[in-house]
Amino acid sequence: MEILVCVKRVPDTAENEISVNSSGSDIERGDLVYSVNEWDNYAVEEAIQIRDKVGGSVTVVSVGDAESEEVLRREMAMGADKGILLSDDAFAGSDGKGLAAILKAEIVKGKYDLVFTGAQADDGAGQIGGMLAAMLDWPYASLVNRIEVLDDKKIKIGREIAGGNQEINEIDLPCVLSIQTGINEPRYVGIRGIRKVASVEIPVHSASELGLKADSVGKTSAKVSRVDYFVPALGKGAELLEGSIEEKVEKLIELLKSKGGIK
Amino acid sequence: MALQIFAYILHKDGVIDDTALEMVAAAGKIDPSASLTAIVVGSKTDAVCNNLVASFKEVWKIDNDALSYPNSEVIRGLLTRVIPKGGIVLFALDPFGMDIGPGLSIKLEGAYVPDAVDFDGIEGGKLKAVRQEYSGQVSAHVLCDISGGAVITIRPGAFRAVDTGAVGGTVIDKTADTMIGGLPGGARRYVEVVQAEVGDVDITKSEILVSVGRGIGEQENIDIIKELAKAVGGDVSCSRPIVDAKWLEKSRQVGTSGQTVKPKVYMALGISGSFQHLGGIKGSPFMVVVNKNPKAPIFQVADIGVVEDLLEFVPLLTEKINEMK
Repeated sequence: MEILVCVKRVPDTAENEISVNSSGSDIERGDLVYSVNEWDNYAVEEAIQIRDKVGGSVTVVSVGDAESEEVLRREMAMGADKGILLSDDAFAGSDGKGLAAILKAEIVKGKYDLVFTGAQADDGAGQIGGMLAAMLDWPYASLVNRIEVLDDKKIKIGREIAGGNQEINEIDLPCVLSIQTGINEPRYVGIRGIRKVASVEIPVHSASELGLKADSVGKTSAKVSRVDYFVPALGKGAELLEGSIEEKVEKLIELLKSKGGIK
Repeated sequence: MALQIFAYILHKDGVIDDTALEMVAAAGKIDPSASLTAIVVGSKTDAVCNNLVASFKEVWKIDNDALSYPNSEVIRGLLTRVIPKGGIVLFALDPFGMDIGPGLSIKLEGAYVPDAVDFDGIEGGKLKAVRQEYSGQVSAHVLCDISGGAVITIRPGAFRAVDTGAVGGTVIDKTADTMIGGLPGGARRYVEVVQAEVGDVDITKSEILVSVGRGIGEQENIDIIKELAKAVGGDVSCSRPIVDAKWLEKSRQVGTSGQTVKPKVYMALGISGSFQHLGGIKGSPFMVVVNKNPKAPIFQVADIGVVEDLLEFVPLLTEKINEMK
């Protein structure tokens, strides 16, 4: 099974308070901690487990600048066999469709059975997998939380639907799947693992190497573009308890008692 | 020509989803002068269609026994055959909308706007939409060129449902038009739905929920949540990352992909408050939030907020409650 996993380097929202810069053109990026998009990490783990079971290889690919290399290397330390960076100034400002077109250009150069994306990334769009599949005319399923390889032509997948239920489908290969968190338990990557792959060469493919015309990706072709970031005018918002931690505890106990929060 | 907007209607067992009327509101915000057509796909959908004519001028019915379970690969093919060039198609952002939306936008050669929470009119052929990024910590305006049509997913609950009253619309059967060339898809085949496991505690019946999220940090810290729940006489529930990490069972997860709860008091400890989590809390409970990140979106919807590290705050709270008893 030849598996490609699309990964993205993102600010880690569990580690960062995200705020908007003074002009609203971007978020404050000064002190951000970056990591691999959480969903992508589950996708890579799943790909590695499938490879270990049925054979084949796992390639991780990212569209981004040179800094995205660290994310590829981290996923290779997890066990991915190969990393590819798709990088070109012409890619800047691409919308979802542009990013999918870039990834498609790389995919058609190889011979993949399975392409994974995370179910979503930092912008919460969850769009690349579905677009990519439609461009390739491959079947697609989103929010996948279980994969069982049936044979070299088809797999059985579970996808998350409302209420904790799971929809089971059979899907022909090649296909694109967006992977939901919780599908597995991604392995820990230690510093030693990262050192091991530190000198592995990661090829960088540009627009021309991918056969992409500059106007088919990037800002000029984008139908969707971000104008600004802002912090929405809050509704009523919570009443924040003030004082020392002991005073907050006292106040909260009184409130809970009055609202039936302590039986 | 006026804009044509289509609203894909979610329905199950003959019941129309709440998002149907939210899409009426969303369409009105995109362009009040646009025409609005409901699209109903399924099998035995007459009752659903006949109910929708109260709110939609036009209802397209696509009805076939093969469509009894919504398979996005099949439905995408059907819609591609009948959506006119330049049409705007709205879906609710749910597991079906996420499945079909991105690919349909490619097939219709339109733009794709995922998870819109508001619209701010059309300027020079571009629709201004509001989205949230970074787990809801910041919002963004996006401009979307809709000249070639668009597919837009609408966040459930973000638009206040509009009941326009007796619109007196008509049902148009589009089944034959969509089936020209036969049933599309086939490479992805629906097998079955596996129902969620039932857990030892039914949190949907709890009056007091002590809910824990990613802020708990380590598995062994869950004990401080259990102790607080015991002290207040409530049950332990959680947000998605806790279940992903397998620290608590799935039946304790609150949210659209877990349980829908309606307690009197909801304590959210170390939970940032994704819309999927908040979507599982009904009945306006008294909500208390403890989170060390004051930017966590959950502070916007809570009654009482405490900006503290829950690892310090919760044991102290438990201790004081137990002393008092």
